[in-house]
Amino acid sequence: MGRFVFKLPDLGEGTAEAEIVAWHVKVGDIIKEDDLLVDMLTDKATVELTSPVHGKVLEANGAVGDMSPVGGPIVVIEVEGDGNSVAETAPPAAKPAAEPVKTAAPEPEPASVAEAPEAAPARVPVAKSGGTGALAIPSRAEGEKPLASPAVRRRAEDLGIKLGHVPATGPAGVITHEDLDAFIARAQSGGGGSTGGAGLAKRTAVEEVKVIGMRRAIARQMQESKRRIPHFAYVEEVDMTELEELRVHLNATKRADQPKLTMLPFLMRALVRVLPQYPQINARFDDDAGVVHRHAGVHIGIATQTTSGLMVPVVKHAETLDVWAAATEVARVAEIARSGKGSKDDLSGSTITITSLGPLGGVVTTPVINHPEVAIIGPNKIVDRPVVRHGQIAVRKMMNLSSSFDHRVVDGFDAAEFIQRVKAMLEHPATLFMD
Amino acid sequence: MPETIKTRLLILGGGPGGYVAAIRAGQLGVDTVLVEGDRLGGTCLIRGCIPSKALIHVASKFEAMAEAAREPKDGLSLGAGPVLDMAQTVAWKETVVDKLNGGVTALLKRAKTRVVSGWGRFSDAKTCHVETADGPITIKAESVVLATGSVATALPHIPFGGDVISSTEALALEALPKRLVVIGAGYIGLELGSAFRKFGCEVTVVEAQDRILPLYDEALTKPVRTWLEKAGVTLHLSAKATGWADGELTVEQDGKTLRLPADKLLVTVGRRPNTQGWGLEEMGVDMAGAFVKVGDRMQTSMSGVYAIGDLVGEPMLEHKAAAQAHVAVEVIAGQNRTFDPATIAAVCFTEPEIVSAGLLPKEAEAAGHDPVSAIFPFQANGRALSMGAGDSGGFVRVVARKADHRVVGMQAVGAHVSELSAEFAMSIEMGVRLEDLAGIIHVHPTLSEAVHEAALRALGHAIHI
Repeated sequence: MGRFVFKLPDLGEGTAEAEIVAWHVKVGDIIKEDDLLVDMLTDKATVELTSPVHGKVLEANGAVGDMSPVGGPIVVIEVEGDGNSVAETAPPAAKPAAEPVKTAAPEPEPASVAEAPEAAPARVPVAKSGGTGALAIPSRAEGEKPLASPAVRRRAEDLGIKLGHVPATGPAGVITHEDLDAFIARAQSGGGGSTGGAGLAKRTAVEEVKVIGMRRAIARQMQESKRRIPHFAYVEEVDMTELEELRVHLNATKRADQPKLTMLPFLMRALVRVLPQYPQINARFDDDAGVVHRHAGVHIGIATQTTSGLMVPVVKHAETLDVWAAATEVARVAEIARSGKGSKDDLSGSTITITSLGPLGGVVTTPVINHPEVAIIGPNKIVDRPVVRHGQIAVRKMMNLSSSFDHRVVDGFDAAEFIQRVKAMLEHPATLFMD
Repeated sequence: MPETIKTRLLILGGGPGGYVAAIRAGQLGVDTVLVEGDRLGGTCLIRGCIPSKALIHVASKFEAMAEAAREPKDGLSLGAGPVLDMAQTVAWKETVVDKLNGGVTALLKRAKTRVVSGWGRFSDAKTCHVETADGPITIKAESVVLATGSVATALPHIPFGGDVISSTEALALEALPKRLVVIGAGYIGLELGSAFRKFGCEVTVVEAQDRILPLYDEALTKPVRTWLEKAGVTLHLSAKATGWADGELTVEQDGKTLRLPADKLLVTVGRRPNTQGWGLEEMGVDMAGAFVKVGDRMQTSMSGVYAIGDLVGEPMLEHKAAAQAHVAVEVIAGQNRTFDPATIAAVCFTEPEIVSAGLLPKEAEAAGHDPVSAIFPFQANGRALSMGAGDSGGFVRVVARKADHRVVGMQAVGAHVSELSAEFAMSIEMGVRLEDLAGIIHVHPTLSEAVHEAALRALGHAIHI
């Protein structure tokens, strides 16, 4: 028997460490080659690591939320033959580092909580004589007073919550502090649960949310961006009337296998057309090294809202895509991001980013540049507005284009000119398709 | 021109409801005036719970010594019986009362309560006129807490006066009556009657109902009856006191007329809320029978007027009044509070003591709980035996719901069981189950082991029985 030490591989992009997001194995598990070991989160992507060998898990180092250094041993597997590690023959159980993992392995916690009240009485040794038999947990009968300790009752009163509305999980239907917490959380998230008529009561609950996982990655990325980059914001309005007509027409006449077009593929098309004249904008600035990498290919990051937060999947080589292909590709990478199963490649390497809130687009945004890129474009909402056209008031479909540039490497003049060129293309959609 | 005080809160009555309210108000920064016509402390401290317990304490000591003088017991004998100087006993009792009265005064001072001594009378819901030693004072308040307590109920045909006394006078007797007749076998009558019996008085108890201590069930009162019989207290049940003349009480029982000669006639037929003589009728508050009607925030029907304690209903207990004082003052201070206890435990300092929290088995049955109950006798409790208290018929009883084992009632009868009230009330307030009681290690050797065993027994596996 040998020990195979699985070290955290280089996940790319100069990643020095990655965060453990979820364990798929625990100590003692027998695993096959290619079985999932652990999900790791880098700055951009969640990466699933699979086992290269068959064997038994001896160590699983780190708890969910811990950072693991690249090259550090993350899983130790007992394998047939020699393995890749000869030195350590000490029994793994003696290693304290491995201990916390046992408890940190993600168990389905809600289920065990729900089972608790039933499980407890089942353990009661009921004697032959005088016992009360098996226990059922009846829900509170109508009109019966809710059962809670005086401290819980007092807290509920302070919060203006009627305990009769709070589902109980404690033994014999006791409402616990945790039940009250859960009720408050549900009420705050709008998931029902009235405050029992005392709607004007003070809300004094403070919830602690640990910034871990995706949120930590987002927070760090945003902080980096805002700390390092002097943002230059520029907003211009664009008359989208003609483009909208074209878009509606294309959607009405498209083939069944073609995707529905949004405004996004057209904007991507415009960027692809204009960017070659502004190479300083389609770039990545390695500010530590003091080098701007100007890219010929246009790799467009698409800011995407997912359940765990903002992600930026990338449409690679947008210059090779027509509007249909661009639409298909945007849908594909967005889906990858939302499912949380993006490969490193899908989630990195962008040279410019588009951030669109769609119908929530608002009037103006000040988008935060996706470091180390140097520009980000945020189309706002398209609305019917009266505008003066040829001396007449006309109703036109107007949209603002909010953008931010890294003022260290992009001059305001160039940025403004760049946006004006984009605007001109969008307002004359035929030019998008002419060489 | 009488002095006028304007205050945020006026409390009428300095008993356990009123003084607790004042201290709590001080803690919450509510500017408070408290009006009391007597000494601070109320019935409980001045002429109720505390002095009666002091008297019972001396009586029990006296009895133990008298017993040892009669015949050796547990290897203990006395050459001569104890000599009682009742005046000295009463004086000692007064030092206890003084201590507590002084304590309350100090606490109120620390809470920065302005205490106005004198009889208060309301002219409207927020205005109270007090006749003090220094002249009249008018107090105008934004909020009012009424805590006037209760007074002993008299029998209409046997009014107090002369040798007809209430518990108040009974606690201040300078000499022992040779023959004491007590009307009413509730806890006050039996506590005092038993104490006087221990002092050697001939005690007869007359009760209109067919049983003693009607608040408790037969099982709990049986040891008390046994003691009364053994101690030689004459008990007339289903007997109606019809008149008092020339030192003789006439009693109708089973169609016969009894004549019971007595040196003192102690009337303990209950207490009624103190609603007379302080202007309640001017305040416009609704009544609920004899009591002031209040909601669960202790509010009366008049805005800004709150009432607590004996004035608002049964049970007339010190600890209930204090709890209601908290609620009323916190509501006045703007907090969201209700008076909603799971139980108000009660103790009875008879011989032996009785304590009850939550529901009696038959009450649990009536409430639809489908209860299981189990008792554990003190006969099998080492601590009780070591105090010579194992043979009084005492026990601990636990009442729980069959369905989920939640404890809905706990009772005990026996020596010193009043101290078990804390565990009883705590258990019920916290919603414990039999398994909780069974799983808590109870200290040996204590009476509380019987609680543990009763829970085990309800689960079907008691150890020591």
